[in-house]
Amino acid sequence: MDLRGLTTMSTTKKLVLVGNGMAGIRTIEHILKLAPHAYDITVFGAEPHPNYNRIMLSSVLAGGTSIEDIVINDWSWYEDNGIHVYPGDSVVQINTVRKEVVSQNGVHASYDELIMATGSQAFILPLPGANKEGVIGFRDIKDCETMMDASKKYRKAAVIGGGLLGLEAARGLLNLGMDVTVIHINGHLMDRNLDLPAGLMLQRELEEQGMKFLLNKHTEEITGKGRVKALRFTDQTVLETDLVVMAVGIRPQIELARNSGLDVNRGVIVDDYMRTNIPGISAVGECAEHRGIAYGLVAPLYEQGMVLAKRLAGAATDGYAGSVTSTKLKVSGVDVFSAGQFKDSPDTRSIRIQDDVDGVYKKMVIKDGQLIGAVLFGDTTDGASLFSLIKSGENISGREKEILLGVPSGGSGSGPSVAERMAAMPDDDIICGCNGVTKAAIGDAVLNKGCNTVGAIKSCTKASASCGGCKPIVESLLTYYAGDNVGEQTKEGICGCTTYDRDEIVAQIKEMGLKTVKEVMNVLGWDEPEGCSKCRPSLNYYLGMIWPTEYEDERVSKFTNERYHANIQKDGTYSVIPRIYGGVTSPAELIKIATVAEKYDVPMVKFTGGQRLDLLGVQKENLPKIWEELDMPSGFGYGKALRTVKTCVGNTFCRFGTQDSIEMGIRLEKKLDKMVAPAKVKLAVSGCPRNCAEATIKDLGVVAIDGAWELHVGGNAGVKVRTAELLCTVKTDAEVEEWTYAYLQYYRENAKWNERTAAWIERVGLDHVKEALADRDVRLALVERLEVTLGHTVDPWKEIIEDEKLRKNFTPLSGAEPVAH
Amino acid sequence: MSKFRIGHLADIDKKGARTFLVEDTEIAVFKLSDGSLHAVENRCPHKGGKLSEGMVCGTAVHCPLHDWKIDLRSGKVHEPDDGCLNTYKTEVDGDSGDIYITIAG
Repeated sequence: MDLRGLTTMSTTKKLVLVGNGMAGIRTIEHILKLAPHAYDITVFGAEPHPNYNRIMLSSVLAGGTSIEDIVINDWSWYEDNGIHVYPGDSVVQINTVRKEVVSQNGVHASYDELIMATGSQAFILPLPGANKEGVIGFRDIKDCETMMDASKKYRKAAVIGGGLLGLEAARGLLNLGMDVTVIHINGHLMDRNLDLPAGLMLQRELEEQGMKFLLNKHTEEITGKGRVKALRFTDQTVLETDLVVMAVGIRPQIELARNSGLDVNRGVIVDDYMRTNIPGISAVGECAEHRGIAYGLVAPLYEQGMVLAKRLAGAATDGYAGSVTSTKLKVSGVDVFSAGQFKDSPDTRSIRIQDDVDGVYKKMVIKDGQLIGAVLFGDTTDGASLFSLIKSGENISGREKEILLGVPSGGSGSGPSVAERMAAMPDDDIICGCNGVTKAAIGDAVLNKGCNTVGAIKSCTKASASCGGCKPIVESLLTYYAGDNVGEQTKEGICGCTTYDRDEIVAQIKEMGLKTVKEVMNVLGWDEPEGCSKCRPSLNYYLGMIWPTEYEDERVSKFTNERYHANIQKDGTYSVIPRIYGGVTSPAELIKIATVAEKYDVPMVKFTGGQRLDLLGVQKENLPKIWEELDMPSGFGYGKALRTVKTCVGNTFCRFGTQDSIEMGIRLEKKLDKMVAPAKVKLAVSGCPRNCAEATIKDLGVVAIDGAWELHVGGNAGVKVRTAELLCTVKTDAEVEEWTYAYLQYYRENAKWNERTAAWIERVGLDHVKEALADRDVRLALVERLEVTLGHTVDPWKEIIEDEKLRKNFTPLSGAEPVAH
Repeated sequence: MSKFRIGHLADIDKKGARTFLVEDTEIAVFKLSDGSLHAVENRCPHKGGKLSEGMVCGTAVHCPLHDWKIDLRSGKVHEPDDGCLNTYKTEVDGDSGDIYITIAG
């Protein structure tokens, strides 16, 4: 131990946290912020994982999110903050006299302050057979893993409990391919959060998704030998099942607290400052009971954590006064929101809209002019603002309908404005429940970190990054903090490293004769000395476009595909597409391709959408060998470059053909071969207006009409289909070439990197392009510049085959040899 | 703790990376533009992308799959994303140019 450690030991107090979950760790995070060196912190956790976002478990089950994705504080966070952590080791004893805890593994830790944050556990109904294999709760990573494993071996699942948790589990199991039945003791789903109409709408929606329901059913017994086989209900009906998920509720985990002499009821009883009855011991989170309520949602827990952290850090706090909670369920497109007291009672009035056509239901419950509860189904965009009205308790008399219908209240309204509401909101109010972002954190992002859009706030704080439900409040806060600066287009550079835009950069490169990526970044004062994955490839393209004869293409500034001249696939293999001009091949060429594919055991050979042959599933180290044996040029199927010129058979064979589209296609593809561009470029040539080559959804499409050719530009068949627009109609083959090359060079010289022709034309307008190309001399100059560029290209496959320095990067290092030490 | 000779300085280009296997772990060794070497597990903590194929900017690499940015010295993921990957100690024999790597455990 060093001296510094010794001197601090006398002043640093010891803090022990029992429970390594969201509420406890959140509290620690705040303590570290408020009083970084006040405590020597030790954490015990029953689960073997670092602190993760339990709310997101349903996303893990629903697919698309991995367990690693939901970790909030990874192990290095504990290390960086000097926290001693004992994962997979629960505290089994607290000696409140000696102020010491003992863990299952026999670790002793003394404390000055102890925080109980043991959370809760899934409540397992005490049914006969509840201890059988295949009966679980839905509470932690282990439960998730059990469900995922079960889905691989079994088909039928039953979820007991039709509340929020049960439905999330059921949806996840459905996604895992299981046949899912939800059993609920009540007559409608989510009866603790929804009223009858909304519950029925939800049921209908979920039934359409394939979920089955047994309502008003009471389970009596779980049967089966060893593993569960079936559920038997009190009406003596039986449901066969291979897995039972109990989602009937959670119970605070208070055994340790009770055994240690803490006052407990449903949870560990705490006061407004999260103190228990024993000095030096606090409780926070789901295990704590405050004014008779043990909360199970994240926002209240975070609010409690803030209060506790302030107290332990010696900062001022008004204490915790309880929370109004809201619930949001978003599983597979069903949006449900509920908050406050949503059921009618004799002293409340309610106002509702039910629209079975669009599947929308809205209800507000009002008492003494105040909004006290709301239910939304199908459209939950107003959820956040209704929730803030409930929390503020303001009088909404006379505005009820406006609010329900979502009409923004005019200046004449009697209630406070949005800005006033935002101002009145306490700084530690949790705005984003999924990621625990407070009002203060959003204020900080806007005022001190330069965020002036919701997107910027999202990437800075993660507010609204998960379910998005809080976006309206984030927007209101943005307006509140940023005032006039919102929406004002602050100047955005091509990436975060610079404030220069594309045109300014290109102009400066030309004017100052900048010749390398490094030079551009130096001279133009880049924030990041080596740029980022956005600006580096952009600059590399611009420099090559401006200085075609002298610029040396910088490989390290290109994306994987363009560096390895092959498309990386999701499994890390690559695909090989050789150039086949116009899509016209020969028996000999096909034999060659087939021979290579067989020799290298290529898993799949497929025709591409652009009439070429694709060898898929090739290992990286085989790429150069395959290229060498194919002995064909690269088809550039991976690059921001000319991809293919698709053709129909034209008048060579087709009885409708008016022109030789094949010959024209091959001519264009041979000329434009190896042309790099801001983004990929696809061409097509059709021999008649029937347009079999689909030329009018290409970057440039040539369509033959009787005695002439039409040139269509700016088409796209991608995510957003865009029909190409007619650029011109020309008579001769030579004119087709002249216009095509001039047009493409003009695009190369003027578009932003990564901007397809469709987006570019949309931005600058077809008229602008027509005007720019109207003068024949201008066109010829453009064609000449393109020809100079094309004159300096080499086939990338050939280059790699012949250069050992490039080729080495395709193979792993030959093998690590151990050395003695 | 075991030490391996994995190759030679000239095997790795600046702002580039090479990979090798130790037992079942694929490790990527990067050479930054200042010539320094950094070895990390070749697996993005996000979706397992091969970092060796990513773009090296300064002391960070951008994952080729979803552009997560990872500091090669600490193994830490840059904000707003979050995560960490294993790093390994590298040494270079000044005379021979041989690269050595130490794997803990």
